[in-house]
Amino acid sequence: MTNHAIHAEGLTKRYGTTTALDGIDLAVPEGTVLGVLGPNGAGKTTAVRILATLLRPDAGRATVAGHDVLGDPDAVRRSIGLTGQYASVDEQLSGRENLELFARLLDFTRPDARARAAELLAQFGLDDAADRRAKTYSGGMRRRLDLAASLVGRPAVIFLDEPTTGLDPSKRDDVWNMVRLLTSEGTTVLLTTQYLEEADALADAITVIDLGRVIAHGTAAELKQVVGGRSLQVRPAHLRDVADIRAVLSRVTGRPVGEPTRGLLTAPVEDEQQFTNVVVDLASRGIPVTEISLSLPSLDEVFFTLTGQGAQASATATATAKELA
Amino acid sequence: MTTMTVPQVAQPRPPSSLPWLRHSLSLAGRSVRKMVRHPEQFFDVTLQPVLFLIIFVYVLGGAIAGSTQDYLQFVLPGILIQTVLFSTIAIGVNLNTDIKEGVFDRFRSLPIPRSAPLVGATIAECLRYAITIGVTMVAGFVMGFRTSTSPVRIVAAMLLVLFFAWCMCWIAIWLGMIMREAGSVQGIGFLALFPLTFGSSMFAATDTMPGWLQAWVRINPVTHLTDAMRGLLTGGPVAQDALIALGTSGLILAVFAPLAVRAYRTKA
Repeated sequence: MTNHAIHAEGLTKRYGTTTALDGIDLAVPEGTVLGVLGPNGAGKTTAVRILATLLRPDAGRATVAGHDVLGDPDAVRRSIGLTGQYASVDEQLSGRENLELFARLLDFTRPDARARAAELLAQFGLDDAADRRAKTYSGGMRRRLDLAASLVGRPAVIFLDEPTTGLDPSKRDDVWNMVRLLTSEGTTVLLTTQYLEEADALADAITVIDLGRVIAHGTAAELKQVVGGRSLQVRPAHLRDVADIRAVLSRVTGRPVGEPTRGLLTAPVEDEQQFTNVVVDLASRGIPVTEISLSLPSLDEVFFTLTGQGAQASATATATAKELA
Repeated sequence: MTTMTVPQVAQPRPPSSLPWLRHSLSLAGRSVRKMVRHPEQFFDVTLQPVLFLIIFVYVLGGAIAGSTQDYLQFVLPGILIQTVLFSTIAIGVNLNTDIKEGVFDRFRSLPIPRSAPLVGATIAECLRYAITIGVTMVAGFVMGFRTSTSPVRIVAAMLLVLFFAWCMCWIAIWLGMIMREAGSVQGIGFLALFPLTFGSSMFAATDTMPGWLQAWVRINPVTHLTDAMRGLLTGGPVAQDALIALGTSGLILAVFAPLAVRAYRTKA
């Protein structure tokens, strides 16, 4: 465990009769990105809050950047940056004032704090909005400011708790690029997410948690093997073509293809070549389709495979209520 | 987004021996900025003492003391204390809401003493109290209040009430940390302040009150604070009352500041 920037063993946290974490083990080698994947209420945020010293575990131990989170929380706090929906900025202050305040609290001298804030504002494309109150920022700008705020002290380890939840896809790309930039500098990142796609795009390894327990760990490729890889989806232009398209799909993938659900025919594929083969085959037969895509299994499918029930079903009542709202 | 410096753990540490004070002052700066941006926060501390002075002196003063001028001389120290004490509740209400915002979690994730955000907020509050004191004194002078002691004693009076209020505000912070709603902080705070302020020598001479009330008024620390203030502003004995007021302030601080900080630490 010498080269682990984050190492946790048996982290447990209970709130009354609810068990938020039921003995979680995590290991993140230095300079890598761990994606912690799970539905709402799985315990992702609780785990991050414990590792970031905001919460004490009921049992278990953890080190971050070589410092014990219980024994030496101040040293941990010196080594980490935290971005989440909770650890944010002061909305009444401007972006610049926020960054300068955090720099001052991290013992930068006044001129150093000013310089560091200016540097981060430029880096995150917030120059024009630097002196406006954070309250007036758009969702994407707020997320960039949150991220900048967690980088003020040039931390060795960064926690990103659902960094793109609630962002539209183009802003999501923005955040992804920033995370990639960080990792290219050697920063260790622990990222929690509800999106398999996000974990796949950013993480070197993925830990899947559910109901406070680790239910799978591996690289994105390993996980996809377990879950059954990607699937090909085709939406026929005319109902009369459904049978023909099913035939094409089963021939190319070598597996039987079921009835369409909500107008979509779905077939598991092992490699991208099969996608091309389907497209070519359909074109040569002149079968029109309105949609054809290759997609990763959804979180729900991952959970279905790993736990035998969907993410929805295994998530807490709050998560379900949120989903319905 | 082009360059990013190599991550490093160690920070250059400025050679200050008082990081706690420095962090608290940085955080006080934050609170002051927010106050300045919400000038309506100053309404209660500026208009309220003026309104109270007018009501007590011109509406009730003649009936209570026979002359509005005589009553002004008597009641001004009391109004001063009352307004400052009532404005101590604001910090509890504000922190109760503030703490639900994300920035406090970020403070908790920074290598600063846990008490720094609270201490910073109280330092900024002292500015509000100082404004109240200033406004009340100016309004009093305009209405005809006259001090009859030395400038040193007047400054001492201001500092005495400021220190008392600063200690009292830790009770409000503690309430702010343990109450679920900002509204309950306000409700309970006001409820507790009524017997402390009205049940004192602020508005009427103690010997006009029934015996059971006199018993309470005599042990009420606010009575001693009021009497000490009267002595410092318009003459009379000071030492004993001032010592009791200072002692009580210190006791309140010693009990409620640790309680408030502890409640803040455990509030996740």
